Amino acid sequence: MGGLDSSSMETDLDRPNIEEYLTTETIREVPKKLHLSDLLDISPTLTEAAGAIVDDSFTRCFKSNSPEPWNWNIYLFPLWCLGVVVRYGILFPARVGVLALGWIVFFAAFLPVHFLIRGHDKWRRKIERKLVEMMCSVFVASWTGVIKYHGPRPSRRPQQVFVANHTSMIDFIILEQMTAFAVIMQKHPGWVGFIQKTILESVGCIWFNRTESKDREVVATKIREHTQGVDNNPLLIFPEGTCVNNHYTVMFKKGAFELGCAVCPVAIKYNKIFVDAFWNSKKQSFTTHLAQLMTSWAVVCDVWYLEPQYIRPGEIPIEFAERVRDMISVRAGLKKVPWDGYLKYFRPSPKLTERKQQIFAESVLKRLEEK
Amino acid sequence: MGNTSSMLTQYDIEEVQEHCNHAFSQQEIVSLYHRFCQLDRNSSGFITGDEFLSVPEFAVNPLSQRLLRMLDGLNFKEFVAFLSAFSPRISLQQKIEFLFKVYDFNSNGKVTFDDILSVLRDLTGSFISEQQRQEVITRVLEEAGYRRDSSLVLSDFMRVRMYYCFQYLYYKLSFRSLFTD
Repeated sequence: MGGLDSSSMETDLDRPNIEEYLTTETIREVPKKLHLSDLLDISPTLTEAAGAIVDDSFTRCFKSNSPEPWNWNIYLFPLWCLGVVVRYGILFPARVGVLALGWIVFFAAFLPVHFLIRGHDKWRRKIERKLVEMMCSVFVASWTGVIKYHGPRPSRRPQQVFVANHTSMIDFIILEQMTAFAVIMQKHPGWVGFIQKTILESVGCIWFNRTESKDREVVATKIREHTQGVDNNPLLIFPEGTCVNNHYTVMFKKGAFELGCAVCPVAIKYNKIFVDAFWNSKKQSFTTHLAQLMTSWAVVCDVWYLEPQYIRPGEIPIEFAERVRDMISVRAGLKKVPWDGYLKYFRPSPKLTERKQQIFAESVLKRLEEK
Repeated sequence: MGNTSSMLTQYDIEEVQEHCNHAFSQQEIVSLYHRFCQLDRNSSGFITGDEFLSVPEFAVNPLSQRLLRMLDGLNFKEFVAFLSAFSPRISLQQKIEFLFKVYDFNSNGKVTFDDILSVLRDLTGSFISEQQRQEVITRVLEEAGYRRDSSLVLSDFMRVRMYYCFQYLYYKLSFRSLFTD
């Protein structure tokens, strides 16, 4: 992990200290010969465990801070009530109306185009793309999205993928509004799944299933094919693999970085004053999440399209992924943590524990030789 | 103290503070409570083994299973008492008592060769053979004046000069981060 300064005692608590776990630094300056005290004093390991119990950088990534209530006195409370009335009584119905109208127009145009225009595939796809972009704009309008795009707009070329940090499924909608991307998504149940199967199919999406182990190779093949294709929409990948709370980034999966093509980073940062856009999929369904967005004042965010990156000679895909993660984190003001997002769903690999055991075992054996 | 309430009263805080021998300040106890509630996802009043293991840093620790047996089913007061050994305000004696409890698996006040072997097994895994482990323990026990079949009691632990014994590592326990929440 290059660039980490460990000289100060005032440790930045979000700074990843994983290197302390995986090196021999935790066992420092010990007398050479092995004594009973060395075997009995297991306090370094115990302190690490207690430290993790008290606070850990992984749980912090998925914490959504509940907003501080500000309506706590006699003149703020009526103002807040008025705000609630406006939001739920006026804005919400208006937004639902806009959304419903948008869906009707969309389907009225999409279904005929999709099923009737069979011969002229190129035209059909062009129209479908425009319609999907329009539908995403309707969605954004339905939460009063104020989105500032910085940087050059993505162009349609083969041999490139786009990567972005992930906070909620609305990331996809926000980016799709500007350019029709093909995206890789987890298969969802319910109405979202229905939309995935029908509409998003036309934009060229790739599905994966987190729980299937063989899935990774299949997906990797599909990605490779997609990037080769000339007429395909640019591919958008969220390498974190899960939604994070827009204050941190978890480790990027290397799949997008070992394709041998250009990687264009996109950084997304939401302004929390208006609404917390983090979708905690364990706590809320997507429908509840959308409803929450639609009853807030606005969704304000910044999107930065950054310079396309290529893998450098001698760089391995994981290093490339970390370099791009660095770029995105700096641009969006997010802190990096050294954890794999999938730890939300699965336990850490026993190899990590074995690594620690190996370090300890080797030090014991080495000192056993000393007399 | 209510299981489901997310507010601590002053009385609750003082009770917890008493129970842990004033290892933590009142502010630290409030912060620990937020953390307890964060880990106790189903608000059952205690943190289950599974909820502890969902913290990756804890799950990769070689002593996690051993600690889980001590941590399972603890309510907040007992949770704070468990963590008190790691506080700088606690005396060396009490820290060694905690260390003894980790070894003394069946809580009979005696730590035998097998207890020490069990902990060493957790810490070294498959990277040392069982025979080598036994050899190591026998050697250090004899060098310290004990026999292989001796059982150590708390006073024996007190006599051993522990090199680390929680002393210089307490700053790693990121209590300061609790204040930023």
